[in-house]
Amino acid sequence: MSKVIKIKKGLNIKILGNAEKIIKKADQSEFYAVKPSDFTGIRPKLVVKVGDKVKAGSPLFFDKFQPKVQFTSPVSGEVVEINRGERRAILEVVVKADTTIEYEEFNVGNPKDLSREEIIETLQKSGLWPTIRQRPYSTIANAEDKPKAIFISAFDSAPLAPDMDYVVKDCVDCFQKGIDVLSKLTEGKIHLNLNADYPPAETYTKAKGVQLNYFTGPHPSGNVGIQINKIDPINKGDIVWYTYPQEIVSIGRLFMEGKYDATKIVALTGSEVKNPKYFKILGGASIKNMVENNVNDGQLRYISGNILTGSKIDKDGYVGYYDNQITVIPEGKYHEFFGWATPGFKKYTASRALLSWLIPGRKYRLDTNMHGGNRAYVMTGEYEKVFPMDIYPVQLIKAIMVEDIDKMEQLGIYEVDEEDFALCEYVCTSKTEVQSIIRSGLDLMRKEMS
Amino acid sequence: MKSLRNYLDKIKPHFEKGGKFEKFESTFEAFETFMFVPDTVTKKGTHVRDSIDMKRTMAIVVFALVPTVLFGMWNVGLQHFNATGQEGTLFELFWFGFLRVFPIIVVSYAVGLGIEFAFAQYRGHEVNEGFLVSGILIPLVLPVDVPLWMVAVATAFAVVIGKEVFGGTGMNILNPALTARAFLFFAYPSYMSGNEVWTHGMMNGEGIIDSYSGATPLAEAAAGNIDKLPSIQEMFIGTIPGSIGETSTIAILIGAAILLFTGIGSARIMISTFIGGLVMGLLLNIFAVNPFMEIPAWEHLLLGGFAFGAVFMATDPVSAAQTPKGKIIYGFLIGFLAILIRVINPAYPEGVMLAILLMNVFAPLIDHYVIEANIKKRLKRAKVKA
Repeated sequence: MSKVIKIKKGLNIKILGNAEKIIKKADQSEFYAVKPSDFTGIRPKLVVKVGDKVKAGSPLFFDKFQPKVQFTSPVSGEVVEINRGERRAILEVVVKADTTIEYEEFNVGNPKDLSREEIIETLQKSGLWPTIRQRPYSTIANAEDKPKAIFISAFDSAPLAPDMDYVVKDCVDCFQKGIDVLSKLTEGKIHLNLNADYPPAETYTKAKGVQLNYFTGPHPSGNVGIQINKIDPINKGDIVWYTYPQEIVSIGRLFMEGKYDATKIVALTGSEVKNPKYFKILGGASIKNMVENNVNDGQLRYISGNILTGSKIDKDGYVGYYDNQITVIPEGKYHEFFGWATPGFKKYTASRALLSWLIPGRKYRLDTNMHGGNRAYVMTGEYEKVFPMDIYPVQLIKAIMVEDIDKMEQLGIYEVDEEDFALCEYVCTSKTEVQSIIRSGLDLMRKEMS
Repeated sequence: MKSLRNYLDKIKPHFEKGGKFEKFESTFEAFETFMFVPDTVTKKGTHVRDSIDMKRTMAIVVFALVPTVLFGMWNVGLQHFNATGQEGTLFELFWFGFLRVFPIIVVSYAVGLGIEFAFAQYRGHEVNEGFLVSGILIPLVLPVDVPLWMVAVATAFAVVIGKEVFGGTGMNILNPALTARAFLFFAYPSYMSGNEVWTHGMMNGEGIIDSYSGATPLAEAAAGNIDKLPSIQEMFIGTIPGSIGETSTIAILIGAAILLFTGIGSARIMISTFIGGLVMGLLLNIFAVNPFMEIPAWEHLLLGGFAFGAVFMATDPVSAAQTPKGKIIYGFLIGFLAILIRVINPAYPEGVMLAILLMNVFAPLIDHYVIEANIKKRLKRAKVKA
């Protein structure tokens, strides 16, 4: 085994609701949706209207800035709704699924015999190109760039995250095919980053054409941004691409079967789920079938993704394009009498300012209460404890707040992403919205550089 | 609790924009959130937040100060009874001190919070909790016989000039409590130094027995009267004259343990301050030319306000250095300079206050160089690759 990279700073939030390792095939959902908001920085242009018939793999919209990049339907059926938000921004394109799915046919061959251009064209047409994203900025990769490497984080360290070894254990061939496709896209290395704490799935260890790297330590050790920072940090002007195991399996399947099969396994997690399990679904499915009669009473928050970076959805909302996890936790809309003064035996904190440290093994039912009001920065050294890069997080955030482009660049904005700061946001006693500040900094930088 | 909550919900609209009492919105918010943690939920970003907030953080610091406050009250009684040759029970001593110290605490909080509330309302901000700590620190660094109006003036000066002119909590350059003390030290030196100010009643000279000098150990040491220094044990426990909260090293260490264990006080700053003090003490020992310079280095850590400053003042996160490396440099220099000023400068035997204020001013500069080093490292990496 090669060298293990140790991540020391970070935090594993002790939350209840891990998914049991049983894969259940969910009943086919009636509705599916593709959400433009899942994709950073695109401007969607619709190619369908309500009432149109589509097949699995037919385009629903494309990106104005990269018109070749298609966003396709995961199922065949009828476009029934196009939900719009403020200023008529498209929020969801909803497709009502047929009972048996018809697929668009794509001409594929052995990726080893295909040129880079042919591969890119197939990926773009099929709707799988958006699975490949780039750093800096976390936008969909631009096919004209030559990335210096491709990074794959093959484990998810986020709270209650699905076991990514378990999820791909039966997809050895598809995974290898996907890697073959990726190897045509870069002249650099493909880094496959594994968790050193347990023996990884053979799907990963037997993969050819990749460099295996091992990581250990608390979250965010599974964040690809942290891994890039430790293996081959991004300098100004560098571009690296990154993707995830289930996406690679989909790519592999496309090149084996010639169709866009959006099958993926998601974990249904959280303290409010009665039977937290894994589900085999098609991407973009409504969560209705999974959560109906399977959650506790009360006001609940449904999250597509994890509690740190996921997005809030309705109880019949749709699984996000990149998400492998659905989390259900209680809403926290209550007043707590002298909450700041109680001993806090039953409340979780990353510090030791509450007496709950007396019971170290306990896991908690965490809710969405803010636990305090927004304040000026007073405490220091909090972010540094959970932020494992050689970057000064508070100073970078302050540079973003005053929109000092030079400082942002000097302090390493190219190396970071919102998700890397999620724990900083979690621990912040001043209740600052760190992730959205980082996002605005990245957006500003992207605008400046283009 | 429920009826109180209902009552608050009922009167809340009056304090919101357009209500009868909208001028008191911040005040209402402060009292409401003091009693009830607000019911706001996360909107974007992380869906859960840690259970501690600014109020909890500040409450922990105040909690850590409780041993020094209680000991300080008792010691005020003890020193007075010693000075007048009386005997008293533990409770009598404590009660005597309580009656002297409590008014100072009340004045400090009333004046400071009053100004904070007014500024918060004027700016349309929420009231920040920072003064909860400053309000108790100010009394602890003052001598017991300081007139209450002086406490009021100094607190007002510290809050307005030390904090609000820079933009309020989180923006101040100097530690507010030390700003108050420094203000009094230079404005009313006769009430802040000498041998008479540390024991209640001594300035008036009523009933003080002749053998009682009232001088602090530090003053004795500075005067070269090394033989008059109290025993190590007395200095460690704190049964010596001095500012209300600074005398007991053991009470301060209990506070330090609480701050370090909860992770709220910076271990980097505390430890490096003590190391800095030790290093300077050893250097002075090596080049000693007078009895004060010969005092063992570690004894300096028990004298005067060194321990109190290192644990509660230097670690104020807003005025300290903010980067991890910067904190070590900052703390070390505080300890180093505090002992240097104390021993070499004849005018101010108490060097800790000035050392901390000086390093408060230099903290941003220290951080600047630490961050520049990080930037240079990143640039170098980019060049090597290219």
